Amino acid sequence: MKRVVITGQGTINALGHNVPDTLEAMREGRCGIGELDIRDVERLSIRIGGQVRGYTAEDHFNRQQIALFDRFTQFTLLAAREAVAQAGLAFSGELSQRSGVVLGTSGGGMNTLDENYRSVYEEGKNRVHPFVVPKLMNNAAASHVSMEFNLRGPSFTVATACASSNHAMGQAFNLIRSGMAPVMLTGGSESMLCFGGVKAWEGLRVMSKDACRPFSANRNGMVQGEGAAVFVFEEYEHAKARGADILAEVIGFAMTSDASDIVMPSKQGAARAISGAMRDAGLSPEAVGYINAHGTGTAANDKTECAAVVDVFGAHADRLMISSTKSMHGHLIGGTGAVELLACIMALRDGVIAPTIGYEEPDPECTLDVVPNEAREADVDVVLSNAFAFGGLNAVLALRKV
Amino acid sequence: MSQSVKDKVIGIIAEQAVLEVGDVSMDSTLEDLGIDSLGLVESIFAIEEAFDIQVPFNANDPSSSEFDISSVATIVTAIEGLVADQKA
Repeated sequence: MKRVVITGQGTINALGHNVPDTLEAMREGRCGIGELDIRDVERLSIRIGGQVRGYTAEDHFNRQQIALFDRFTQFTLLAAREAVAQAGLAFSGELSQRSGVVLGTSGGGMNTLDENYRSVYEEGKNRVHPFVVPKLMNNAAASHVSMEFNLRGPSFTVATACASSNHAMGQAFNLIRSGMAPVMLTGGSESMLCFGGVKAWEGLRVMSKDACRPFSANRNGMVQGEGAAVFVFEEYEHAKARGADILAEVIGFAMTSDASDIVMPSKQGAARAISGAMRDAGLSPEAVGYINAHGTGTAANDKTECAAVVDVFGAHADRLMISSTKSMHGHLIGGTGAVELLACIMALRDGVIAPTIGYEEPDPECTLDVVPNEAREADVDVVLSNAFAFGGLNAVLALRKV
Repeated sequence: MSQSVKDKVIGIIAEQAVLEVGDVSMDSTLEDLGIDSLGLVESIFAIEEAFDIQVPFNANDPSSSEFDISSVATIVTAIEGLVADQKA
C-alpha cells in the first residue's frame, strides 16, 4: 500500500479567510461566533452562528461565475485555490487524468434553495433562474474544483451529515493508498446559515442561543458555522520526488454505522470508529497525543464521545488531549471535519493544541483533558480527528507527524 | 377551560405514544409511555401548534429546562400556565 501525505491546505471560515489567519485565531482561542447577519433573522429564535464575515463574492468571482456558484461552492473554490497554491501542483497530462476531487457537504446549495423557494412560494413568482439546479446540487463544488484545476480522475461528493468531510477525506486517502490516484483534492464545505437552514435546526431544539461550550457542564447546545477547508492529499513518493513541503501523513481511517437511532449517538459506534482508525494505522493507544473531538456542545454528543474515548484508550485517556474547535468556528455540518483537520495539522506541525473555548464548569461525565480556553504547546506525534453524524454514521482519521 | 387544555395535551401525548387516551394517567412519566427524546420534541411541537404558544424547552438537557417534563401532570400544569400567560 502506498503512503499518503498532505502537501497543501486552504480554508475560509468564521475564524479567517485563509489558513494563517485561522490558525492564529485558534492559537489565540478567538471566537468566530456572533450575531447572524441574514435575511429574516428577526423571525428566528436562534440568532447566532459562525458566519464568514467581511466576504464579498465579487472580489473573487466574475458575474457569470457568481450566477453559477452557490456560497458553498465559492467557499470551496477559495479553499482549493489556497491549498493547490501551497502544494505547488499544476495538473496536466497523466497527473490530470488520474487525479480527482472528493468533497463532503451535507446541504449543498442551501442558500440557492432558500432564495428560490422564497421567490416561488413567498413572492409568488412562476419563473426561476435557469441555473438553479446546477447551482444547488451537492456535487456542484466538487465539479467546479475539477474544472478549475483540470482534475479528470475519480471525483464525487459525499453526504453523511456531520461526518461528510471525514468520510470524503477517508475516500481520498484510500484512493491514493490503493494506487488509484496520485493526488486528490479533498475536504468539505457548508453554507447553511440562511433563514431556512437555521429554522430547520431550530426545530430540533438542540441549538444554543448564546455560545458553543463543548464539554462544559453548563453547555446548552450546538452553534452552526459555515465555510470550507480543502487539502491536497498526495502519494508520498510523488510528493518526495518533487521536493514538496509535507505537512503531515495520513496513516489511518475507519468508518462505522451505529445502526440504532437517527439522532442519538452510540458509544459503541463511536468507539469502533476510533479503534478502527488506530488499527488501520497500526497504532497502540499510547501513541495518540491529541484528538480533535466531534465535540458539538450537546449533552448527547459530549457525554457519549468522552465515554467512547475512555473505552478505547483506558488509562491513556487521561493522558491525551482532546479539544473541540467548534467552540470557535461553530459546527460546519458537512464541512466541519475539514476545518477541524487544520487544528490536527497545527498540532503535529507547530506543536500547538487548539483549545476548547467557552469552557466554564467541569462536567463529571466529561473529565478528559479538553484543553480548556487556552491553546497549549505540546509535542505530539499522532492525532485523531473524530466525526459522528446524525444517522449514526461515524468516520475517524489518524494523522502522523512527518 | 382548564379541563380542555388538559384533555388536548393528553390527546397529543396519547397520539405520540400510540396509546388510547384512557391509558395515559396524570402520574405517568414519558418513559412509562415509551416516549423517547425525539417523541418528546415532536410532542412539544404539536402542543405549541395546538395552543399557539412557545414552550421553553432545550432538548440538550430536558431536566434543567424551566419546563418540567417529569410527568404528564407537570406537563399539563406547565402548559396551562403558558396558555394563561398568553391570554393575560
